[in-house]
Amino acid sequence: MARIDQVIPRGTQKRESLFDSKLFLQILQYGGLFTASVIFLFPFLWLLSTALKDLASATSVPPTLLPPVWHWENFRLATEKIPFWTQAFNTVVLCILNVIGTTISCALVAYGFSRIEWPGRDLFFWVTVSTMMIPGAILLVPLYGMYRELGWIGTALPLWVPSFTASAYNIFLLRQFFMGIPKEVTEAAEIDGFNQFQIFFYIILPLTKPALTVVALFSFLYVWNDFMGPLIYLTDEREFTLALGLQAFQSRLGGTEINLLMAAAALVILPVMVLFLFAQRSIIEGISMTGLKS
Amino acid sequence: MTKRERKKLLLGLLFTSPWIVGIMVFTIIPSIFSLYYSFCDYSVLNKPVFIGTGNYQELVTDSVFWQSVWNTVYFAIIFLPLSTAVGILLAVLLHSVQRGRMVFRAIFFVPSLVPLVALGILWRWILNGEFGILNTFLSAVGLPAPNWMGNPDTAKLGLVISSLWGIGNSVVIYLAGLQEVPKSLYEAARVDGANPFQQFWNITVPMISPVIYFNVLMGLIGVLQVFALPYVMTDGAGGPVRSTTFYTMYLYDHAFTYLNMGYACAMAWVLFVIIFLITTITHQLTKDRIVYGSH
Repeated sequence: MARIDQVIPRGTQKRESLFDSKLFLQILQYGGLFTASVIFLFPFLWLLSTALKDLASATSVPPTLLPPVWHWENFRLATEKIPFWTQAFNTVVLCILNVIGTTISCALVAYGFSRIEWPGRDLFFWVTVSTMMIPGAILLVPLYGMYRELGWIGTALPLWVPSFTASAYNIFLLRQFFMGIPKEVTEAAEIDGFNQFQIFFYIILPLTKPALTVVALFSFLYVWNDFMGPLIYLTDEREFTLALGLQAFQSRLGGTEINLLMAAAALVILPVMVLFLFAQRSIIEGISMTGLKS
Repeated sequence: MTKRERKKLLLGLLFTSPWIVGIMVFTIIPSIFSLYYSFCDYSVLNKPVFIGTGNYQELVTDSVFWQSVWNTVYFAIIFLPLSTAVGILLAVLLHSVQRGRMVFRAIFFVPSLVPLVALGILWRWILNGEFGILNTFLSAVGLPAPNWMGNPDTAKLGLVISSLWGIGNSVVIYLAGLQEVPKSLYEAARVDGANPFQQFWNITVPMISPVIYFNVLMGLIGVLQVFALPYVMTDGAGGPVRSTTFYTMYLYDHAFTYLNMGYACAMAWVLFVIIFLITTITHQLTKDRIVYGSH
């Protein structure tokens, strides 16, 4: 009897201390994650809060966390301060053109680099990968000179035409995926009399939809966020993209009407957040992929 | 060449034809011109005039150039270790929990999608010396509340803080790396009595070393080309007193503000050499320390 009494408490004791340290660890882990989340989310809260305040409460010392009165009209007012909807339209058109151009051209080229064997292919691919080392700064001046000769400065042409001629990084990424498809899949189609374009279109593209989605999404995000390109090539405010228009709005305000500036910034961020909501999986997988595959 | 081989060659060239045009027109030919311009006095308005190594000689004695190099190096030295440590810490925390992992990951990731112009405008407001919310918090807990972007001593730190908000990208990559580490390694270590810290240093770090290398290298190349954020947060001036004039900003100034395009090209080629050297050297140094898995 005595022995059993001694054994049982000891057993529970051990389990409890193990449970305790596990619980302690869990509290530490979730505590850390919650703290970090508050820090990461706070700037968004502050953006919206300032955007909804009137100017007096936005610049009150000490600041109030939430707006005393919620000025929803600030969003409308912000869009009237700059040609917001014109610039939004420009940005969307530019994004669509780039998404189409990048996805189609990179898929075609990646196919040529992966599923067809031809002399010189590997050398050409090696050259392609090497060009990824060239920083954009090197191309800045000669491209500007070229576009100037063509009369493209002040137009959106330099911001979308090059996307139709593919880009090394996306070619590299798609090639990885195209190579992952077993030879047997396409050989069967060849025997059935499919030509290369049919195989590309009816077999390879449907099989690599996730990768193509990633390329399209990243192309969209890149163009939506791009600042330097529009800054260099666009001169008329009615041709601006939203990113450039937002900066122009800021420098014109010179620190006044911060509430409207925040409202405009929130409107520029919003579409990206909506896109993330719908394409979260693809975006996160795409990012993970770039880290693990290259 | 047989008929079949010729057909394959034609097909290959046909599929890659957009890129043949792209690489020639938008990469290789401009690079050659860029190299030539770097030895020229060139304003884009006039024809380039060959001046030999004049631009490169001028760079050596240009104090603002060296200031921009220093600013960039200073930013890199603070930002890269911080972003690596915070990135790995957040990823390890994410990896350690089951419930809510996706939600927390989304929270950390989302700021990295915010367009840099909007990010810069928002953080300039948060860091505002007079009305900024960060200083309200800092004062509340008795910490110094500097005029972040208005003071040459703290402006770069302000940029570091703003940039750290956007590291979610690397958190996602680190987490993906952690998920690839076989669980059996940790089990074996536990049997041998390794504590969590020993497990972290002896298993986690070596196993995700390729991912760390990738993130640090990408981060470094990114830092060398920092442009939009300091531009937006300083109205394009790189101030106060040149404290946030980063390499690419100074290059941009020469190209498009002073129309000193030859000089800008020389700067770009120096940048290329720097990136090339860093990539090769880090590759050589880390070659033996990085553990590449079988997959």
